[in-house]
Amino acid sequence: MNLQLTADGRLRHLLTLDGLPRAILTQILDTAESFMDVGEREVKKVPLLRGKSIFNLFFEPSTRTRTTFEIAAKRLSADVVNLNIATSSQTKGEAILDTVDNLAAMHADMFIVRHSQSGAAHFIARNVAPHISVVNAGDGRHAHPTQGLLDMFTIRRYKGAFHNLTVAVVGDVLHSRVARSQIHALTTLGVPEVRVIGPKTLLPAGVEQMGVQVFHNMEDGLRDCDVVIMLRLQNERMKGALLPSAQEYFKFFGLTPGKLALAKPDAIVMHPGPMNRGVEIDSEVADGPQSVILPQVTYGIAVRMAVMAMLAGGNG
Amino acid sequence: MKIHIRHGRVVDPCNQHDGLADVFVAAGKIVAVGAAPADFHANRVIDATGLVVCPGLVDLSVRLREPGFEYKATLESEMLAAAAGGVTSLACPPDTDPPLDEPGLVEMLKFRAKNLPGPRVYPIGALTQKLDGKLLTEMAELREAGCVAFTQADAPLTDTQVLLRAMEYAATFGFSLWLRPQDVFLARGGIAHDGAIASRLGLPGIPALAETVALATILQLARATGARVHLTRLSTRDGIAMVRAAKAQGLAVTCDVATPHVHLCENDLIGFDSHLHLTPPLRELRDRDAIREALRDGSIDALCSDHTPVDEDEKQVPFGESSPGASGVELLLPLTLKWAREMGAPLTKAIDLVSWKPAQILGVSSGTLSVGSCADICVFDETAEWVVTSRTLASQGKNTPFLDQPMQGRVRYTLIDGHLDFEAH
Repeated sequence: MNLQLTADGRLRHLLTLDGLPRAILTQILDTAESFMDVGEREVKKVPLLRGKSIFNLFFEPSTRTRTTFEIAAKRLSADVVNLNIATSSQTKGEAILDTVDNLAAMHADMFIVRHSQSGAAHFIARNVAPHISVVNAGDGRHAHPTQGLLDMFTIRRYKGAFHNLTVAVVGDVLHSRVARSQIHALTTLGVPEVRVIGPKTLLPAGVEQMGVQVFHNMEDGLRDCDVVIMLRLQNERMKGALLPSAQEYFKFFGLTPGKLALAKPDAIVMHPGPMNRGVEIDSEVADGPQSVILPQVTYGIAVRMAVMAMLAGGNG
Repeated sequence: MKIHIRHGRVVDPCNQHDGLADVFVAAGKIVAVGAAPADFHANRVIDATGLVVCPGLVDLSVRLREPGFEYKATLESEMLAAAAGGVTSLACPPDTDPPLDEPGLVEMLKFRAKNLPGPRVYPIGALTQKLDGKLLTEMAELREAGCVAFTQADAPLTDTQVLLRAMEYAATFGFSLWLRPQDVFLARGGIAHDGAIASRLGLPGIPALAETVALATILQLARATGARVHLTRLSTRDGIAMVRAAKAQGLAVTCDVATPHVHLCENDLIGFDSHLHLTPPLRELRDRDAIREALRDGSIDALCSDHTPVDEDEKQVPFGESSPGASGVELLLPLTLKWAREMGAPLTKAIDLVSWKPAQILGVSSGTLSVGSCADICVFDETAEWVVTSRTLASQGKNTPFLDQPMQGRVRYTLIDGHLDFEAH
């Protein structure tokens, strides 16, 4: 049973890009395209979700993702409630399901969920009333589907298509929900060569079974790439048993102008943010002409509008 | 009380018996198999036509949750569940609260169990005080109180010097150590098998190496000390191969696996059902297949349920936050029969794995229908179909990955010490 799709194949929840059909991914990207101009209007609003209540349910703190979801919901005219549960009920020991049931009783239509545990969004989706949709805004190391989608949107905008690309995902794939969502989206959309590059300590077991080629050095991995996606290295991983130091990591896996020169001349550089300048990426690259890191943020709003509109439309 | 079980198919692995026969019970003993003894007048006749009559099952791991975890399950509920599952003897691990590390606690448990209907309870004593892996328990005192072996259960024993001393000390008295091989450092932080599925699901991994590295240490120490070691809950193909090789070299070591690991693997985790959060983790298909084959060729000596009733609230959370373990004492028989059907193994072999063999490991005289032995008997319908639901399970723990699944094989009668402790309606 696919929790994410209705019996007739429409989007019911957005929990992961793993197993989502290409037609749905493309539909989301096309819908996002149609929302691109809303942000440029004088009145940045469309009435699609007027009267709908969307709850941002963040069990793990986040400013950036929560804000983009909030803006996206408001541009669709929905009512948005932000709950920073990391600092409220959960610390009082309330069970997740009690929180969810309470909010459902307030006639919520959609939950945007972030949680530190892989599978948390699935868990909530399995336990909500039939009229409520769940959007996974990041669960543990598992998935961050809207980030994956906005990255695909960015790639399509700059490269036009997917079928002729070589894409490298660089860095801490092991702990990255973003990387997993990107890899599923890239392979589903028909990118013929998806590479992951990183030290063996930061690549998950059996990663090649996700349909990627594995590289342990940047020189081989970046060669002739069309798209280079850098991953954030969490502070707590920079020193210890996984990596000896941030300096050594930057030397071997940080993206510098010299290493980027190995990719195609028109290659684009992406990063889900927030960046660690001088750890995974050199400022010269981050701020350089090949960087599309800021447009990614802008596109993120259109993509999240598309997801919410499709979910609300599918259930309304 | 005299009981006559008639016209059943008697399957008794210890005596290599499989055929229609009558069984006669008097004064808690089996007094005859076949023809009735002279002057036998039954108080009760059980018609076992179309049913299988076998030794009562011996389950090497059933958590009764007392003392300390009565909100998860009680002695009453779990002894009843065990009897309903055809289990007449069970070993309970010491991971209670407090753990079974003092003779008084063991005596209390034995006393409580003795006064309840249901199976014989054999406590496994804690190997170290508070199960903290540092100081040895008073093993000889615990033995006198009723402990049949010593274990850390799932608690880590990181200090290899303590493990060496524990083996030497146990070997002094001929006590058996039950050890679950898992290197605590390699398993640290993990909640699922470290493989392609856990990678996809973003679940922190426990590598197969955690089992084999620990196993190498245990086998070396067992060789050096001559300690009697029983390895519990093996989960990997490579681990099984190591045990097989050690046995071939003449090391007197035995091992068991838990029933979920015979039927499930990492692929079942897709969907994040917390009922599949088990210890050790469900591993790859090839590991599951190796377990199934090793049960057939005898490399694995026994099957147990590893019955772990968990409060529903502890499973109604995301996978990684859930308590590991599955309720299973009532599924021991049907899941063993399922293995036998799927592998084409004879019924005697299946029953052997859950009666005679585990009784040998426990060092008790159960698991047989030999004349003169205690009348611990299970009578079951091999073909009866039923569905696992919270209502069909007697255990207080409804946490099983087999929920809503059909089972084949159901216990009709359980006799313990000649008493009819369970009778299906």
